[in-house]
Formats: sequence, C-alpha cells, structure tokens
Amino acid sequence: MWTFFHKLASPPHFYELSLRMIPWFAVPGLLLIGYGAWAGLFVAPPDYQQGDAFRIIYVHVPAAYLSLLAYMVMAISAGIGLIWRMKLAHAVAAGAAPLGAWFTFLALATGSIWGRPMWGTWWEWGDPRLTSELILLFLYFGYMALRAAIDDTAQADKASAVLALVGAVNVPIIHFSVEWWSSLHQGPTLIREGGPAIEPAMLYPLLAMIFGFSLLFGALLLGRVRTEVLNRERRARWVRNLVLNQDSAA
Amino acid sequence: MTEALAMGGYGAYVWSCFALTLIVLVACVLQGRRKHRQTYNEIRMRLQALEPDQ
Repeated sequence: MWTFFHKLASPPHFYELSLRMIPWFAVPGLLLIGYGAWAGLFVAPPDYQQGDAFRIIYVHVPAAYLSLLAYMVMAISAGIGLIWRMKLAHAVAAGAAPLGAWFTFLALATGSIWGRPMWGTWWEWGDPRLTSELILLFLYFGYMALRAAIDDTAQADKASAVLALVGAVNVPIIHFSVEWWSSLHQGPTLIREGGPAIEPAMLYPLLAMIFGFSLLFGALLLGRVRTEVLNRERRARWVRNLVLNQDSAA
Repeated sequence: MTEALAMGGYGAYVWSCFALTLIVLVACVLQGRRKHRQTYNEIRMRLQALEPDQ
C-alpha cells in the first residue's frame, strides 16, 4: 500500500500514469453528460411550477456542485501539502483552482440566466447564496493571483495553501446559506432530510450530470496536475530525457 | 420538434445555459492543453539552449 503511494507520488511515474488514466475519467464522464443533457432536455417532464425553465438545473446544479467539490479538493490538497510537505499535493491544489473558477463562473452565469424569468432579476445583491458563491469566485482568483505573484514555488505553495484553508470556511456557508438566512434561492433538493425531493424521471438525468461532471473534472484535473508536475520538475533529469528524447508534446 | 426547442417559452434561457456550459467545458479542455504545450515548449527551448548538440 505505502509503496503504491510512494510510487504514485514520484513525479515521473505520476506523469506517465496520469496520461493513461485520463480517458478512464473522460470517456464515461462524457457519456454520462451526453445522456444527462439529452434526458434532461427532452425526456424529463416539465416542472409543475417552473415549466421548462427548470431544465437549467441540469447544468446549473452540477456546475455549482463542482465549484464546491473543486474547492474542497484544493483546500484538502493544500492542507496535505502544508502538513506533510508533499509537492504532488500542492500541484493538485494548484491544478484544481482554475477548474473551480470555471465551474463557479458557470454556476453564477446559469443561475443568473435562470433567475431572470423565475425571480425577475439577473442578480440580487445581498442574497446570501449568490453573494457567498461570488466570494468563492474571488477566492479562486485570489488563490491564482497569489500563486502567480510569488516566483519561488515552495513559497507560493505555502502562502496559497494558507489562503485556500482560510477560505474553506466559505464552503459550508455556501451550502447552508439557504437554510441559515432567507434567500431567494430555493432550498436543497437532493441532500436533505428525508431523501431527494424530486421524481425519478427528473432525478436520474441530474445524477448522471453531477456524476459526469465529476468524472470530467477528474480528467481535467489530471491534465492540469501533469502540467504542474512537468513545470515543477523542469530541472529534473527525467524531464530532460523526456523532452530531448521525444519531440512531440503530449 | 420546434415545440421541444421552444421549451415552453423559456427556450432562450434554457438553450443559452446549455450552450454556455458547452463553451466553458470546451474552454477548460483547450486552456489545459495550451498550458501544457506552453510549459513543454518552454522546457524544451531552455534545454536546447543549454545543450545545443542535442
């Protein structure tokens, strides 16, 4: 078990293995997203209150879920990197940030487009769910800006890890915001007491989308971490051999 | 068919959300690939400058 982890954490081994793992995440992820999008758009019945506008949840909910999952991956990896001085963990944290920012942007944008016909407004300043999700976007930006501003990788790892961990307090705030404060945003549908409050024909495409997005995130993250590892190891012997012995960029 | 695309009058909202999602996911893939190529090429150029005979 430990030898497996040591081998996994060895940069050349990770660099090689991760490339082979990407399709195992990307292919089922894309299949699930394809099914979920099709069933969500054309098979699931319209919502009795929201009509067909509810179909936006099939992209909005996975995006919002991934915006939080990416942050948790980032903060936990940063914490592991900080405590056990594991470089690969810092690389994972650095790789998760831009993806999390994209998913947060997507959650905000699709929520805004949904809000226009349903709430009568694109945006409501002061709404706890909307505001805390916007803060999440700024946390990602802050994390990336901090990393970019520090030339020394070890210093950038440490400083950005502290920021990621401090910002993690925002994750439960986002999740519980609709329960703690009055919000325009509706309450939880899936993760709630008494199980999901949604009928199966609507639920299955949503679960497929959430799972598909997660797998795609896994594939994208592996790609990002590969780049991070390559950059961090640019002076290592294995990178030299890799780059000078084969001329095609994978 | 047209009826399905109209989404009960919410077509513009629903389709723009799905289109935006597709764009963002494609952007994620392309951005990651570009960054990897850039990193790889920078390393290669530095190494070739250090070891011109290679």
